[in-house]
Amino acid sequence: MQEQFNEVFTKYHEVITWGVYGTAIALMLIGLYAILIKKNLVKIIIGLTIMDAGIHLLFVGIGYIQNGTAPIFSPGYENAADRMVDPVPQALVLTAIIIGFAITAVALSLVIRLYKHHHTAKIDQIKSLKW
Amino acid sequence: MKKAFVIILLAVLGFFLTKTFMDIPFGENRIGEVSSNETAAGYYLNNTPAKTKVANVVTAIVVNYRGLDTLGEVTVLFLASTGLASILYRRKREEEDAERLSLPSSRIMRTGVRVLFPAIVLLGIYVFIHGHLTPGGGFQGGTIVATGFLLMLISYKGFNTDHNRMVWIESLAGLSFVGIGIWGLISGNTFLENIPETGILNSLISGGLIPIIYIVVGFKVAVELTGILDILLNIKPKK
Repeated sequence: MQEQFNEVFTKYHEVITWGVYGTAIALMLIGLYAILIKKNLVKIIIGLTIMDAGIHLLFVGIGYIQNGTAPIFSPGYENAADRMVDPVPQALVLTAIIIGFAITAVALSLVIRLYKHHHTAKIDQIKSLKW
Repeated sequence: MKKAFVIILLAVLGFFLTKTFMDIPFGENRIGEVSSNETAAGYYLNNTPAKTKVANVVTAIVVNYRGLDTLGEVTVLFLASTGLASILYRRKREEEDAERLSLPSSRIMRTGVRVLFPAIVLLGIYVFIHGHLTPGGGFQGGTIVATGFLLMLISYKGFNTDHNRMVWIESLAGLSFVGIGIWGLISGNTFLENIPETGILNSLISGGLIPIIYIVVGFKVAVELTGILDILLNIKPKK
């Protein structure tokens, strides 16, 4: 099983690398596209969360080590410290997810306030923002 | 016109991002020799089971090595929930005829949620009590508990959270986190020092203060997320 995995991993290494990093970067770009193009504020916030997801995927992807297990010393894995994946990006992503949630919540509340005041959530129709 | 400009910008950005990150070989071991303590990750992996007696290294990093950072994170979450409440503040008079935005739910939904709610809360509590042994922890468990409350909030119009009790739980949780940190200072160590390093690796009572801090964080996150959901769901509909 292990050897098969290693064989496939080295054989298709290029494809897997493109798959992981490509997906993460594509998610980031899709999010940025939504932020720049979309008029509706809710869609802009959705773009923000998509971009967040891409960055988290990139972080965890960089931390992966071939043949690595989860960084948990469960029974039977007490001496497996040398074949665990990098735990630091995972801890950082845990922090980043919570901060992302906080940002989304506050942004949504601001959108609700704006919608109540201007009766629309489209930024090009909110006239008082122009100067 | 604007769209073409944005697409060109994104293409350039995508090209350079891809070019940069393709130089990092995927799956390569960048930690180095774990026992040499050369990198931060190697140090954590080498010292966590012996020094903190915690099985989950990510928990050890989040709560112990970067404990101050987690305190800041919990503060950010608290500020988000407070900010949300103050932005969406309603006066007493408006509050009286405020009602849920959600549509009335079906009987299947209500019955299903009534069965599922205790199980979901129990799972969440399990996840944050075992945060030092299994994947999971205070933030994840708290989110699961809040999911259960979300289901209750969207399926029962009469279901209301007790704000006073929630404020009390939140304040006590936050205070005990800071109190545990100050205990470390009083005992002559650093802030949030993990003092009682007792227990056997992989048993429920192990890791000293780490499980206690994560349980406190779990309560705090659960209450804050439930509060945010409650505020967002109780907005008065536009007449």
